[in-house]
Amino acid sequence: MGMDSLIGGTIWDQYSDKVAELMNNPKNMGDIKQEEAEAMGAKLIVADFGAESCGDAVRLYWAVDPKSDVIVESKFKSFGCGTAIASSDTMAELCKGKTVQEAVKITNIDVEMAMRDTPDVPSVPPQKMHCSVMAYDVIKKAAGQYLNVDMESFEEEFIVCECARVSLSTLKEVIRLNNLTTIEQITDYTKAGAFCKSCIKPGGHEAKDIYLVDLLEEYEKEKMATTADSMAAGADVDFAQMTVVQRLKAVDKVIDDNIRQMLIMDGGDMEILDIKENGAHFDIYIRYLGACSGCASSSTGTLFAIENILKEKVDENIRVLPI
Amino acid sequence: MKVYLDNNATTLVDPHVFEAMEPFFVQKYGNPNSLHAFAGETHPHIKTAMEKIYAGINAKKEDSVVITSCATESNNWVLKSVYFEYILTGRKNHIIVSEVEHPSIIATAKFIESMGCRVTYLPINNEGLIEAQSVRDNITNKTALVSVMWANNETGAIFPIEEIGAICEEKKVLFHTDAVQAIGKLPINIQTFNVDYLTFSAHKFHGPKGVGALYMKKGKELMPLLHGGAQMGGHRSGTLNVPGIIGMGKAMEQAVDALDFEMSEIREMRDHFEDELLKIEDTFVVTPREKRTPNTILISFRGIEGESMLWDLNRAGIGASTGSACASEDLEANSVMEAIGADEDLAHTAIRFSLSRYTTQEELDYTLDVVKKAVARLREISSSYSYAPDGHKSGLTAGH
Repeated sequence: MGMDSLIGGTIWDQYSDKVAELMNNPKNMGDIKQEEAEAMGAKLIVADFGAESCGDAVRLYWAVDPKSDVIVESKFKSFGCGTAIASSDTMAELCKGKTVQEAVKITNIDVEMAMRDTPDVPSVPPQKMHCSVMAYDVIKKAAGQYLNVDMESFEEEFIVCECARVSLSTLKEVIRLNNLTTIEQITDYTKAGAFCKSCIKPGGHEAKDIYLVDLLEEYEKEKMATTADSMAAGADVDFAQMTVVQRLKAVDKVIDDNIRQMLIMDGGDMEILDIKENGAHFDIYIRYLGACSGCASSSTGTLFAIENILKEKVDENIRVLPI
Repeated sequence: MKVYLDNNATTLVDPHVFEAMEPFFVQKYGNPNSLHAFAGETHPHIKTAMEKIYAGINAKKEDSVVITSCATESNNWVLKSVYFEYILTGRKNHIIVSEVEHPSIIATAKFIESMGCRVTYLPINNEGLIEAQSVRDNITNKTALVSVMWANNETGAIFPIEEIGAICEEKKVLFHTDAVQAIGKLPINIQTFNVDYLTFSAHKFHGPKGVGALYMKKGKELMPLLHGGAQMGGHRSGTLNVPGIIGMGKAMEQAVDALDFEMSEIREMRDHFEDELLKIEDTFVVTPREKRTPNTILISFRGIEGESMLWDLNRAGIGASTGSACASEDLEANSVMEAIGADEDLAHTAIRFSLSRYTTQEELDYTLDVVKKAVARLREISSSYSYAPDGHKSGLTAGH
């Protein structure tokens, strides 16, 4: 946030001069006809990607030398915005002279970088990064046709965020290693979700198989299950890592094992009302029942005893507060 | 040549309006609520301006036309105060709005929905119009408010406000209309039909930005949205925007004077321009022109994504607009085009041209010429439009 975000500006202000120039005069716009390809001794490949109803569609034409697999000519047509046209044009340019096998290694990030005026300033605004992804997808489609394989086979990994090309395995690892709990953290660490935002949660521009919110949820469940398992196995689990219910159970167990019997012998009892995190402390709110309520010792000796046992057996930052 | 055809977004300030406002910046700058002559000298001017504003919509003297900072404030005021007074107190639980309202209604409705109010979003039909019957069908005895705009900002479609007003009166439901796109384009006489609240904004009819208004019928006054020094009779606190009020008064007077011109000359120019645009192959206009404000055209050019068209128009000095996809941050299709639901391939192709009384025939002729060139260029680039007669016919995509 801050001043720059208050007034905004048009997305066109964020286009590089190269993007603007390509939008005005695309260099590789057009088609390659069958007879033209034949005259070059090349095989014609025509691949379509996207749909008009989604707002973006691109068609890529390649003339490929069947002996060397080299793309001798590359052209495009595009239904789309300025970024879609400029990035399709750049993509077609980057394909030229490469073999089909080399061309599939061109990603949307390469396309975006190639359109920059200066190396460290993005050529398009974040929400437009999405448009360059299509340029990458259509290459895979064309290569799939030429090599007669499925276009998905070119992806070695499952990509969750296509704009920033962040894979599922990278995301899972980063989330776990850094104990990430929010989308903002994931974006800060990996750039996933920083661009068109479709991968964050359902309902964005494009439907996805896996969303970042799913990964967070999965990790939360995983953490919870791990603590539950280790608690069940009697292992020493850090109180701070437990969920609210787990904490309640842990405290209740210690009270049952060490305190409750003594209180009952005196005709009293106690119950736990709540456990709250309060800075570095865990405040456990309790209520005395029966003879204990009103007993002078309940706010002095008994209370200290309860607190000391919990500190020793559960967590040293526990404070017990009778209500 | 520079041509401005985005008058539904904002308009130039009429030079007479600017002239009327000028003395209230450096000379007569007093706070009208102070107790000295600096305040007093503003009073007669404010009174005259308010009379013009009242006259512009034919409000009765006992009604309140409260000056706000913008139409967004006025619209927020209606929905939030209805929420506080009727929904939060449990007297009612429901409001009705159209699905193509301005974001200041839709976003506010979503907000009060998140606070527990039930909201019905009325659909538009395939002509982009709201049917009054759908209001009747959705009213329950727990409905507090119906809010339907007078005319739509994107299509110019005029909604059946009088019929809806009558239904609300019969069902004893409050009725609000956002008339931002109606003032200066359609005759406004609120005494001829039932309406409790009406929103408008000066910068849409050649007045200054930063001045809006909310009409509230006598006896239907809402609790304030802005609390403070009890200006505007306690309805809306905040130091009076004196130059703004003067400007809105003058702009209203000018708009009323120019209404006949708008409804005859501008309409004719618009119709002629639209006829010429429709001569371009594969172009579509949704709402019939007699059911639209006289200045608006929303037209689709098949095979051309909206932002690309704006790009080419802008390069030639022409300002138009698209609510669709790539021009806005959220990448979504034009909401009105989606709501009409006719042909999803067209959802990203709509361009809005909106004229004003300052638009000239010469400007429209030039624009037509630029549009034709842009259509030719962009359809040649387009992958989904087999424009070139000897284009690729591999059968991969049929094209259109």
